[in-house]
Amino acid sequence: MSAAPGGVRVLLGSYLFRLRALIVLVALAVAFAALSPAFLTTGNLTILVKHVAINAILAVGMTFVILSGGIDLSVGSVAGLAGIVAGGLIHSGLVLRSFGVVVYLHTWLVILVALAAGALVGGVNGGLIAALRVPPFIATLGTLYIARGAALLISGGGTFPNLTGEPALGNTGFLSLGSGTVLGLPVPIWLMLAFAAAGVFVAHRTPFGRRVYAVGGNERAAELSGVRVPWIQFAVYVISGVCAATVGLIIAAQLAAAHPATGETFELNAIAAVVLGGTSLMGGRGSVGGTIAGAFVIGVLADGLILMGVSEFWQIVIKGLVIVLAVVLDQMQQRYMRRAAAASRS
Amino acid sequence: MSDREIVLQARAVSMQYPGTLALDRVDFTLRRGTVAALIGENGAGKSTLVKILAGIVQPTGGALLLNGEEVALRSVRDADARGIEIIHQELNLCPNLSVAENIFLGRELTVGGVLDVKRQEERARELLARLEHPIDPATPVGGLPLGQQQIVEIAKALARDVRVLMMDEPTSALSAAEIAVLFRIIGDLKARGVAIVYISHRLEELLGIADTVSVLRDGRMVAEAAADTVDTRWIVERMTGRASGAPEALEHRAPGRELLRVEGLSLKSESGRPLLSDVSLRLRAGEVMGIYGLMGAGRTELLECLMGLHPEMAGSIFLDSKNLSAMGTSRRIAHGLAMAPEDRQVSGLVRSLSVLANMTVSSLDRFTRGGWLSPAAEEAAAAKAANELRIKAPGLRHSIESLSGGNQQKVVIAKCLLTEPRVLLLDEPTRGVDVGAKREIHAIVRRLAAAGMGIVLATSELEEVRATADRVVVMSRGRVTAEFAASEAADDALALAASAALEERPGRA
Repeated sequence: MSAAPGGVRVLLGSYLFRLRALIVLVALAVAFAALSPAFLTTGNLTILVKHVAINAILAVGMTFVILSGGIDLSVGSVAGLAGIVAGGLIHSGLVLRSFGVVVYLHTWLVILVALAAGALVGGVNGGLIAALRVPPFIATLGTLYIARGAALLISGGGTFPNLTGEPALGNTGFLSLGSGTVLGLPVPIWLMLAFAAAGVFVAHRTPFGRRVYAVGGNERAAELSGVRVPWIQFAVYVISGVCAATVGLIIAAQLAAAHPATGETFELNAIAAVVLGGTSLMGGRGSVGGTIAGAFVIGVLADGLILMGVSEFWQIVIKGLVIVLAVVLDQMQQRYMRRAAAASRS
Repeated sequence: MSDREIVLQARAVSMQYPGTLALDRVDFTLRRGTVAALIGENGAGKSTLVKILAGIVQPTGGALLLNGEEVALRSVRDADARGIEIIHQELNLCPNLSVAENIFLGRELTVGGVLDVKRQEERARELLARLEHPIDPATPVGGLPLGQQQIVEIAKALARDVRVLMMDEPTSALSAAEIAVLFRIIGDLKARGVAIVYISHRLEELLGIADTVSVLRDGRMVAEAAADTVDTRWIVERMTGRASGAPEALEHRAPGRELLRVEGLSLKSESGRPLLSDVSLRLRAGEVMGIYGLMGAGRTELLECLMGLHPEMAGSIFLDSKNLSAMGTSRRIAHGLAMAPEDRQVSGLVRSLSVLANMTVSSLDRFTRGGWLSPAAEEAAAAKAANELRIKAPGLRHSIESLSGGNQQKVVIAKCLLTEPRVLLLDEPTRGVDVGAKREIHAIVRRLAAAGMGIVLATSELEEVRATADRVVVMSRGRVTAEFAASEAADDALALAASAALEERPGRA
């Protein structure tokens, strides 16, 4: 076919475009390393990656939602709710009034219950969207408020402090989720690596992942191809809810306290990471790997600007500029791809 | 015709896209009050040429002359200001706005900066009356049938004092009656001196309306002639660059056991209008059943019911005497049904995915080993299917959008075949597909049937029924109005049955 050379060029071009978040990341890292001697120190990099881990885990879940053509605004609130659920269970136990007893759960069970709370909110989102056809923006905006309100109700608006736990009650060890290390690497970083790896493999190497892409790309075609569209939609919100709950647990463990306001505006950072990573907000195009790179771009940018003494207010402006630039690049990519595709048609 | 004054002219126009030369020094002349048919297989460069003439893209070489003077059309607005209008194949209307609002979109009539709704509606009414379609200018466009939307699109062009009108496949969504109206309108426009560029895959229709014929192949203008000096055979030979053979006579075999049985299928629209009324069918193994009917006959609805897209339907569907009626789409596919839908862009393909992913999306479980997709298994199966269907693609990992319409359609068929169906449903499988690919698809259909598959092929083209079907079921307004063995189906009998129930409509003579 005569378009073969063009085809190669199209592929090369599209790879460069797809890797743009990574390219920007490397450029930023090199620039900051050159400008600030403090940047490339183990201490700084550890703090940086721990910060990135929070956003990256949220963003992995968000990637699946956005790939399916949806959006999840509730993740910040879900993180807050999961932290409060865990904090409450460790600090005050499960109060069963009718029996007059207080039950303290084992740490693992606490974690499981908190994750289940995240899955539940995700399930509500998924149910509203898949079964009742509520637009994702509205459904998750609603649960954003509901989950935040629930967290405030559970904690009475206050904080659950001192989550060290008591050996007698079998609920110690929760804090290591935030501050522990394994093989010298902090646990949150391990968790990020695990979520990222699982995300990449599920997205690219399972039928489920492929179906998420298909639903986001063309829901009707997916349905006609035998994809159970409602189940896919339901599942991506549950995944996102579990990711968000994990983040809530990590933060509560890092602070050794659960605060009901934890996670406010986190959804915006997660969406920013996904978009920076080259995932289309229209659904169907993008990758988990790109999202991780996007989360790192945001993290490195914040860290580097602090090191260079740039004012906090300017940092916010710059973050906004970077996000807008990312979307502009995305549009350029789509135009380029379309033109190249049209050209190779023959 | 050649004595008429030249309105628009392209001189040695070239279009270089990264990697491909889409147009190679093409000359094209358009004269006042004539219809110039632009013909070519998909990807030959027709659309590119039209886009250049309409100012949508700018050529990388050559010049455009309007009334003998060189012009640069930098945008659609630029072209519009010079009276050059285009009607796209996909209609460009806002469904939420009224007919009048659509017609005057971008050049609203105002009084002191405020919309003059009344005058717009009056003008719109005049235009529509001239088009013999007195549609109420206040109705939202989204509620109109496709044919009437096309009329609105034409009215929109007329409202702009059009001098050059480009029509890209204007009849693909129209019924025979609507086409007749369109042709009268074209005649009227010609008489008023409008020059028309007309693109269509329906060659017979083209020859009926065109004054000149220009054939593009691989980005080059390969032939031009007066329409009355050529026939379809001449065109096909120029388009494909090879002599055309006569259509092969179908080889009819004795059909096998019964595969699919449909009993008393009925479906109502949300407003309660009957879309299908008591449709019953039987399909045997190795048989191609053509479902012939005009727009709105219920062909698409029937196939959608078979695939489980309308759970509210009444009636029963049996595949190998197993009742599918209560199953969802995915279970029906698992039981051996598969469908290539009518509009591949809207329902057939996922445009953001690769050729490969589009082929395997329906049969992913086959390529799963212990929960993980096996790229090797996927690729092997897709490569085999691509080879069998002769799909031309730069690579399986390339975007589906890098393929021509015909090849995209073959990918949709490959997707169905990878589910190993016993019954294949094809809805207008060759719409918007070039002549070469069309023949290949017809051959594929015959080959699959010969291998024992049962095939239901819904089409609005008689020629397609002739080329593929063993048996023809004719539908009209949601009913089966006739059934023929292919060998006994005369064209006029088919056409009559297809318009049968039309006469029963109340209020019609």
